Amino acid sequence: MGLFILRRSAVMILTAICLTFIVFFLTNLFPNLEKLAKTQGNFRMSDEAVISWLGKNGYMQPLPVKYGQWLGVLPGWTLESDGEYTGRCIKGAVATAEAQEATRFCGILQGAWGYSTVFKDEVAGIIGTRLGLTGKLMFWVLILMVPSALLIGVLAGMREGSITDRTLSTISIITTATPEYVSGVIFIAIFASSAVGLKWFKGTATSAMENANFENFFLPVLTISLFGMGYIARMTRASMAEVMTAQYIRTARLKGVKFSNIVIKHALRNALIAPFTVIMLQVPWLLNGVVIVETLFNYKGFGWVLVSAASNNDIELLLAVSVVSVIVVLVTQLISDIGYVYLNPRIRIS
Amino acid sequence: MEPLSTIEIIGRVLYQFTSVWLALIILFAVSIAFKRRLGLYGKLFDSPIGMIGFALVMFWVFTGIFGAMDLIVTHDPLAQASGMKNKVPGTPLRGAEEGEYAWYLLGGDNLARDVFSRMVKGAWEVVKIAPVAAVFAFMVGITLGLPAGYYGGKLDTWLSFLANLILAFPVILLFYLLVTPEIVATGLPSYMASVLFIFPIIFVAVLLNSRYYTQPSFRTPLLIGVLGVMIWVYLALVSEVGTKVSLLPKVLDFIDMPGGMLVVFVSVVFVNSPTVFRIVRGLAMDIKTRDYVAAAQTRGEGPWYIMLWEILPNARGPLIVDFCLRIGYITILLGTLGFFGLGLPPESPDWGSTINEGRKLLSIYLHPALPPALALLSLVLGLNLLADGLREESLKD
Repeated sequence: MGLFILRRSAVMILTAICLTFIVFFLTNLFPNLEKLAKTQGNFRMSDEAVISWLGKNGYMQPLPVKYGQWLGVLPGWTLESDGEYTGRCIKGAVATAEAQEATRFCGILQGAWGYSTVFKDEVAGIIGTRLGLTGKLMFWVLILMVPSALLIGVLAGMREGSITDRTLSTISIITTATPEYVSGVIFIAIFASSAVGLKWFKGTATSAMENANFENFFLPVLTISLFGMGYIARMTRASMAEVMTAQYIRTARLKGVKFSNIVIKHALRNALIAPFTVIMLQVPWLLNGVVIVETLFNYKGFGWVLVSAASNNDIELLLAVSVVSVIVVLVTQLISDIGYVYLNPRIRIS
Repeated sequence: MEPLSTIEIIGRVLYQFTSVWLALIILFAVSIAFKRRLGLYGKLFDSPIGMIGFALVMFWVFTGIFGAMDLIVTHDPLAQASGMKNKVPGTPLRGAEEGEYAWYLLGGDNLARDVFSRMVKGAWEVVKIAPVAAVFAFMVGITLGLPAGYYGGKLDTWLSFLANLILAFPVILLFYLLVTPEIVATGLPSYMASVLFIFPIIFVAVLLNSRYYTQPSFRTPLLIGVLGVMIWVYLALVSEVGTKVSLLPKVLDFIDMPGGMLVVFVSVVFVNSPTVFRIVRGLAMDIKTRDYVAAAQTRGEGPWYIMLWEILPNARGPLIVDFCLRIGYITILLGTLGFFGLGLPPESPDWGSTINEGRKLLSIYLHPALPPALALLSLVLGLNLLADGLREESLKD
């Protein structure tokens, strides 16, 4: 088990390095840098001005060197002009003495996530606050999604082929077929529109960032949950239906155990192994939903940062975003693997 | 002229779809009449769920095709009419000329364009991209997944690592990185296209060669003919005069794919192929332990013959089901791209862009956003139901 986790962690780190390098490569392609220079400097820069701006800010170095600096395994760049130093690890222009005191390495390994060119702020701070907001959203999504999905799945799989099964299965197919931007629009139209709607909820979740309540937070949570719910429910149903045909369930029924007892005490435990992995693997998918829903409901969380960083080619923020999302994806995969082994005695013992 | 009542709107919308209804009735009548002779497709008509799904899918397919032939649309989807901005469904067109349709059936959007016509045209955007993208994703997935599952070992480890690498990317981040005008300017999507589009050629070449290589006199002309055409199509598809990849002269370059479309297509294929790879790999690992594979190995068949003519046909059930689901997923992805305004031109009538435009005024005007949203929902739902029906019927064998 220990070796397994160790091996998985090594693969995880390798994946994270490869992915960030790809993001690094794509964001550092010349047209992207040119756009960055023009948005940071001014839009009417000549080509020479763009090159000199990029050179002054350390963007003209070879790609592996820049990547090493960002990672913190190569010393950050410094540049001298008129006795003043600028550099990756130095804020603004400083004199020689100060420049020599500054740390030489400043990459993510040293905890320096860099500076966001769009928000004019430290990346670590932005990611921290935004991740907190999205964490709140995700927490409520999981609270709503997991129990209701399991309930639907268990009720449907309990008696395969019954009317309850047909109805609930159809509902779960409908929810898997409704992407967030469709269900969100429909929900806003029904529940929040000031023209004809029921006006139960608010169509934006901006106020939920400080003060979340049922009225302004339920619609975004519901929108994300529904899309993931159908899939988990279908997996639970399949797993439950399979367990219900097992020999030991038949034995229990023949012994005269009450149906509700069979479901709760005998079947449920075994039926929930498969959905557990599915739920964990669903978390990265929720990340997608989060981006859409945060855009749709104007909730300024992690997904919103992703969109604004990507559309403005904010390199360091974008890299931090991808590091975080890659870690989320890989950690959930790891947990689902470990959990699967842990929950399933047949695999654990062999 | 009076605005239309709700019933009149419904009636007129249904009437506009006449050609689609006719096509659907003919298709269903013929299919049900001959269903015993049509294999798995025929069996679909034994399952009510599958039939509903198939009807929904074919409704949008026919709508897309006939819409592209200008049969259903009432107005030009890009034309703006004065005084029709955000008007409710059934509003008569001010100063309609002779021969012009006199109403905006589902109202006007915030640029005074006809919502109904845009929705119908949007169906074509999906119908022309999604199935083809799914086919390409399957070609890539199968060509790489079969050897990975069959041989295992180092090859499998590497390919799986690559697949997991792509899958670990949040899709939207990948889209934002690939589908921006700056990246298109570097020619990266064209290079990716030239790599991804090679896979169908490899697939067909290996498929035919492994089957007929004992009859060289038949195989050689067959391969030359088929591959010749495919390579020409490939070059025409990939090369675009005036971009980074310009291989063919203008005369031979008969497929004119606009840059925006190519990049959307490539990124959708790119995102979907790792999932197909994993499914095919899993199936190949399962099926290679069967007796008929061992029999083929004993007969001395080559590995590619076994992979493509023994394993692949026996994996078709799950693959067909996944193909339907994948088209649905690609439809969702195309909508997502449109929703974030990536790739497709801003005035394009595709459903995602239309939803995105409509949502900004959603609290006041519902009608511009709802029709494309419901259209997308029903198409994806149809594909899911179709997949469900196919799964049920293929399990009955």
